[in-house]
Amino acid sequence: MKQVVQIFKKEFYAYFLSPIAYIVISIFLMVTGWFFFSTFFIYDLTSMRNYFSMMPIIFSFVAPAVTMRLFSEELNVGSYELLLTMPVSIRQVVLGKFLAGTIFMIVMLLPTISYPVTISFLGELDWGPVLGGYIGAFFLAGSYCAVGLFASSLTRNQIIAFIIGLAICFGLTMLSKILFFMPETLLGFLGYLGVDMHFANISKGIIDTRDLLYFVSVIFIGLYATHLSIEERC
Amino acid sequence: MIHVENLTKYYHDFCAVDNFNLDVHKGEVLGMLGPNGAGKTTFLRMLTGFLKPTEGTIKVKEFSVASDALSIKKLMGYLPESAPLYKDMLAYDYLQYVAGIRGIGNDKIPSRIRYLSDLCGLSSMMHKPIGELSKGYKQRVGLAHAMMDDPEILVLDEPTSGLDPNQIVEIRDIIRQIGKEKTVILSTHILSEAEATCDRVVIIHKGKIAADDRTENLKAAGGQKNHLRLSILDADPEAVRKLLGNVEGVQQIEMTDQTEKMLSLKLSCESGTDIRRSVYLAVKETDWILTELTMETQTLESIFRQITLEN
Repeated sequence: MKQVVQIFKKEFYAYFLSPIAYIVISIFLMVTGWFFFSTFFIYDLTSMRNYFSMMPIIFSFVAPAVTMRLFSEELNVGSYELLLTMPVSIRQVVLGKFLAGTIFMIVMLLPTISYPVTISFLGELDWGPVLGGYIGAFFLAGSYCAVGLFASSLTRNQIIAFIIGLAICFGLTMLSKILFFMPETLLGFLGYLGVDMHFANISKGIIDTRDLLYFVSVIFIGLYATHLSIEERC
Repeated sequence: MIHVENLTKYYHDFCAVDNFNLDVHKGEVLGMLGPNGAGKTTFLRMLTGFLKPTEGTIKVKEFSVASDALSIKKLMGYLPESAPLYKDMLAYDYLQYVAGIRGIGNDKIPSRIRYLSDLCGLSSMMHKPIGELSKGYKQRVGLAHAMMDDPEILVLDEPTSGLDPNQIVEIRDIIRQIGKEKTVILSTHILSEAEATCDRVVIIHKGKIAADDRTENLKAAGGQKNHLRLSILDADPEAVRKLLGNVEGVQQIEMTDQTEKMLSLKLSCESGTDIRRSVYLAVKETDWILTELTMETQTLESIFRQITLEN
């Protein structure tokens, strides 16, 4: 556990040592803020629903950008040789890096808490779905970070890592949107595989263990695949 | 201390390490010598648990690499070739991070880092990003990394590559200092380095152990002949050749350099015989002036070339 914390600390601080953190956070806030508030007054609703419905698609760009360097850079510089010959297991390394990426994304979401606070002054705001939205966003960030981390462990090139991560996350996001092309028998199964249904449930404020189980499974599969891919290099 | 048995590593169908058997004892400074691509780095990587062997076992103390890699990693400090470090981190932050991972108590970290930075001559560079350091200083950060936990076994892959001559001497001193109490395994292709620092030398060629012995034994086995180098002033080459050819024990005379006044020669004689006395007595009879008379014993170089150029 101590080692996980050390690796987490190192990776988390590394975001703020380079300009990546500031660039990603400001782009995220600008893009989501603009998309949300440009239609907010037209709808004339005191709700954050539209805001959270953007999250899957925005996160599928942001999460791979956040996680792309976590392993790729180590592979490129060769520093994973030093890392893996210290008394740490691959599991601890993967977990530390995963936490760094996920918590970075949570930090990125923190300034948006000012939105519901502002909105609550404008009218009656139902806080349930807002809380649900943040919980959903937390699980979503974790899932996409696990996928991005896996993409990063595949290659020493950060740009390729980003594109692979984006492709998988985007696929998970869009799966439920292209369901009408699919044969009827597969609908239920593919609908369950997509992120949308589960995220929509949580962000309505309905916290169902099936949806949580889905996100936890994605995180677990992503991290396990990362573990295998790093182990394979040894 | 370290017991290696039938160790083999294949990269696809290329055999990098072929059936190594090796025992390293506590307190030994072992040098791995070999041309580029001989398998030194692959062997060290398997020893440190970074690569998995295709076949064979490595045991360190009572731990086996296959089942107890973490305990072995705790015992070892490893400096990979070219010290691949995080470029964005400050040297101090990096060492602090390493200390944290190695489980050194928070109260002991600053004094440990100060000690290592003094030992490795890093003190003035501690607050620079590692990416901005010169190769020699990076190497020192890597060395400090390897010694962080005061490991029982120190594994160094070409520790002096990229250092200037003064630094090389310093690092060798450090290695010899550590080697008094700790086990050190280092790889190098600089022969004089192995001669200067190692108690025992293993020569690797094409993935196989070609020689494994104490440094002085290897040197003795190096060649059958000794050489005598001498320089003479005011002498006629033909006369010298004739005179020295008659000295007992001289097998071959080779003129290495000839200027108007000075004549340099190399005499070959059988090993074990010392012909300095008879050569001197022969020269003394003439009116030549002897300016140099040196016995050259075999260095590791000849045995290294013999083994690695064979095929």
